Amino acid sequence: MPAVSKGDGMRGLAVFISDIRNCKSKEAEIKRINKELANIRSKFKGDKALDGYSKKKYVCKLLFIFLLGHDIDFGHMEAVNLLSSNRYTEKQIGYLFISVLVNSNSELIRLINNAIKNDLASRNPTFMGLALHCIANVGSREMAEAFAGEIPKILVAGDTMDSAKQSAALCLLRLYRTSPHLVPTGDWASRVVHLLNDQHLGVVTAATSLITTLAQKNPEEFKTSVSLAVSRLSRIVTSASTDLQDYTYYFVPAPWLSVKLLRLLQCYPPPEDPAVRGRLTECLETILNKAQEPPKSKKVQHSNAKNAVLFEAISLIIHHDSEPNLLVRACNQLGQFLQHRETNLRYLALESMCALASSEFSHEAVKTHIETVIAALKTERDVSVRQRAVDLLYAMCDRSNAQQIVAEMLSYLETADYSIREEIVLKVAILAEKYAVDYTWYVDTILNLIRVAGDYVSEEVWYRVIQIVINRDDVQGYAAKTVFESLQAPACHENLVKVGGYILGEFGNLIAGDPRSSPLVQFNLLHSKFHLCSVPTRALLLSTYIKFVNLFPEVKPTIQDVLRSDSQLRNADAELQQRAVEYLRLSTVASTDILATVLEEMPPFPERESSILAKLKKKKGPGTVMGLEEGKRERGPDINGGPEPAPASATSTPSPSADLLGLGAVPPAPAGPPPSSGGLLVDVFSDSPSAVAPLAPGSEDNFARFVCKNNGVLFENQLLQIGLKSEFRQNLGRMFIFYGNKTSTQFLNFTPTLICSDDLQATEPADQARGSDSGRGRAGAAGCQHRVCVGLHRSTSSQHPVQVWRNLSECVRQVAHHTQQVFPAHRNGLPGLLSALEAAEQSPAGGAEHFQGKASNGHRNHQSQDYWVWFRAPGRGRSESCQFCGSRDHPHQNHADRVLVALGAEPPGSDVPAHAADEQGDRLPEAVCAAVGAVLAPRLLAQPLSAQLQARQPASSLRVDGMAQCEDRG
Amino acid sequence: MQFMLLFSRQGKLRLQKWYVPLSDKEKKKITRELVQTVLARKPKMCSFLEWRDLKIVYKRYASLYFCCAIEDQDNELITLEIIHRYVELLDKYFGSVCELDIIFNFEKAYFILDEFLLGGEVQETSKKNVLKAIEQADLLQEVRS
Repeated sequence: MPAVSKGDGMRGLAVFISDIRNCKSKEAEIKRINKELANIRSKFKGDKALDGYSKKKYVCKLLFIFLLGHDIDFGHMEAVNLLSSNRYTEKQIGYLFISVLVNSNSELIRLINNAIKNDLASRNPTFMGLALHCIANVGSREMAEAFAGEIPKILVAGDTMDSAKQSAALCLLRLYRTSPHLVPTGDWASRVVHLLNDQHLGVVTAATSLITTLAQKNPEEFKTSVSLAVSRLSRIVTSASTDLQDYTYYFVPAPWLSVKLLRLLQCYPPPEDPAVRGRLTECLETILNKAQEPPKSKKVQHSNAKNAVLFEAISLIIHHDSEPNLLVRACNQLGQFLQHRETNLRYLALESMCALASSEFSHEAVKTHIETVIAALKTERDVSVRQRAVDLLYAMCDRSNAQQIVAEMLSYLETADYSIREEIVLKVAILAEKYAVDYTWYVDTILNLIRVAGDYVSEEVWYRVIQIVINRDDVQGYAAKTVFESLQAPACHENLVKVGGYILGEFGNLIAGDPRSSPLVQFNLLHSKFHLCSVPTRALLLSTYIKFVNLFPEVKPTIQDVLRSDSQLRNADAELQQRAVEYLRLSTVASTDILATVLEEMPPFPERESSILAKLKKKKGPGTVMGLEEGKRERGPDINGGPEPAPASATSTPSPSADLLGLGAVPPAPAGPPPSSGGLLVDVFSDSPSAVAPLAPGSEDNFARFVCKNNGVLFENQLLQIGLKSEFRQNLGRMFIFYGNKTSTQFLNFTPTLICSDDLQATEPADQARGSDSGRGRAGAAGCQHRVCVGLHRSTSSQHPVQVWRNLSECVRQVAHHTQQVFPAHRNGLPGLLSALEAAEQSPAGGAEHFQGKASNGHRNHQSQDYWVWFRAPGRGRSESCQFCGSRDHPHQNHADRVLVALGAEPPGSDVPAHAADEQGDRLPEAVCAAVGAVLAPRLLAQPLSAQLQARQPASSLRVDGMAQCEDRG
Repeated sequence: MQFMLLFSRQGKLRLQKWYVPLSDKEKKKITRELVQTVLARKPKMCSFLEWRDLKIVYKRYASLYFCCAIEDQDNELITLEIIHRYVELLDKYFGSVCELDIIFNFEKAYFILDEFLLGGEVQETSKKNVLKAIEQADLLQEVRS
């Protein structure tokens, strides 16, 4: 036990602490604690009233036990009792207990507040101090309610002691932080500002903290603090080191106050008054000058305090960003620190320089340090310092040094710490794209990236390279050649296989002339990797193969053989099996023209913010990177302002807003208003790509849910909820789509669009079966087309929500295909349904086409706008046997469930006859084909339809999902 | 400043001061995580690190680590000196302070901290003034009892 016993020691407490320390095991400690707790409990409950000392001792023991990490559920009352003791140390322990173990027990809060009130009114400065400390420590809402009015009075009263003023200022600050609305700035504001002139530097220090926080929220009200702060600062920096007596810290005058004043000034733009401004500039120059003076002490405290002020001054200079001279001086100063022997200083210098790099005045000056920073990357032993070096390289990068920086980062990546690899990969990818003059360099860089750190190359990165290659004609041939060469490596990363597969699928023809990369060679090369890849990659490769079928008719038989093999057609994975089946079928039934249409080269991607950048922002937290980017963007035209704009065919590219509504694949009706005509919803979506983000989580799950459920929420974000309800009986189905407006304002121009083609038939309510021959291929699935559609789309995993959306719209369209008509209508009625019916009847194409359920009449406020979609299968009655398997056991069962079984999904109900896939032998593929055909046939087979589709749809909407996947990643 | 933690080389928490409202569970989680992170660092590494969205400033004095969490705009170096000044105050009060002083007189360590830092901001930087306040309080006790 140490000999110290200042104030009054508590022997019992010391003994207890010794006991605990002597415990050999955790169990012994717990035992000792439980014994003590029982003892204290009995003492508190005992009949004999405890004297103040005992109470204090026991409360203190409880506190100790709590601080050891054990729960304390009693003793609060005794602690509160101590608050009203007249003995200082008893009161003090009471307050300490309350500060550490606040309990929102309302009864106690009232008692505590009462005790505080008494102490505040006591005029005893030490009691007052304790009370104020307690408020500042607890800072709860209740305390704000009770004391927010009282404390400003204490703060500005003329007769308050300095120490109480200091406590009161910080007390108020704490209350303001927790409940700003309870601390309205009143007439005391101006008097608080004048505390900056106070003689007592402690008061000024506390007041500056308060003013800084208040000024951030109400800059106008505290504007006068600027000139006061400048003059105070000026007095400090010009003072001799002995002037400020005890406020001088290791020969640095009032470093804490200086830092706080500089911080306060960062709440404001440069002072307008030239005199004030001049004085401030002088201060900043003095601080910079002092940095060059020899140190007055060898102690690290001296240099730390001095440099703390210097760094804060540099922050202010960067914040003002108006004095080129100061900025350049700051940069030179930081440049010296880059090679300082103190790790801390090197770290901070790198950090500060990042901010300087985004100023147009100092960007060039920062660039001169590139070699030092690169050296830091190679030699620093502390990963957090290397991390800063990477940040700085990223910040100082521009077109002139991009190649060097990217090369250095790439070479560093080979040995970089695992914790920062992903971030470096993102940064390299962004820089390479942004400053690429020559896109072949970009392609090389990304392929290198995959080679060096393939595991850390996230989807965004390889999606991006594909988007860029597709959008830029000049690099396509080079990209195809390069990926082909890279793929030759015996072991290449799976990401390379993905990029390679995609690019060769699109542009393999550009290098097919060379016998070394003939179609068959390309195919064999890709297929040699196939078996080593994960399912998503294999799925992508299958899409590549079907693209090859279109590009190179000569390899069609080879590819069909591959698709036909059992390992594809009966793959356990539903997605692979489905693709194999679909593609095989497609390659067999479709004419070359149709193939060429369906498998046409991807159109350019719509231009959006780079998703990599978005990811980096997310990783870094908002603000930091963003600020940097904006700063850079302003700097000049030497930057590729994001991705290149799409070439001419962009007109056919759906606008982002339309995409989001899931209808991007579908052009607006000729007569109707285009979907992007500027409603609120559309505006929100189109103006801020970030609004897309909230859609992401769960959307896909939502979608998948409908595989085995009829009702549920399909989509939800902050603005909108879309629910789906469906009912099915035999060949009839009904679908309700609910649009719920989650905002408090109404949607204007809210225009959901449902599209159906004339291949669909008779619709309820009128039940006008039109009896067109719909072909055997898509007959059987009558009452359950929706499920087929959902089922077919359900497993495209890791999809972007937009893609899911597109699938949904596709799904609705498929439903529509099989029902001939879709009626959007208002739930209660009327105008919509009627006009829809009317329009349907008058439509030249037999009421098919597509519908725009325009919801403006009578439904100005779309709190909950419902659309009913009625549909039924064309001209099919009951059948005696199952369309798929021929069984008579379940003629009217839900065939979609059957199909799902075939595809490897769980049937929704247990009563569905569970034919295992292999039981059905060779019938199965046909069953699958029927289902697949049901989806594909309308697109591919019905001549008038496909002609129509071609006529009015951008090719992209016809794309097979897998290939379209990247499209929406933009 | 959001919080300050003192812990030993063995990872035992000796003092904790929170300036933001957090649940006990969160506090324990943060403490566990940070103690682990800081103890894993090597002696010559820099005293600052990014942790979640905060900056951690830490320094080791003998067997004790002093660790502060500050916000993005806060000044790292001055925080380092806050730690040092607090150590100086403890040292002056206890007379060459050691870990045991803080264990056995934890309440004093808290009182001194409250005089120096309040609500996460520096209240009084003068060593004399802080110690005067503490000694006055001690005196008050002795006179009365």
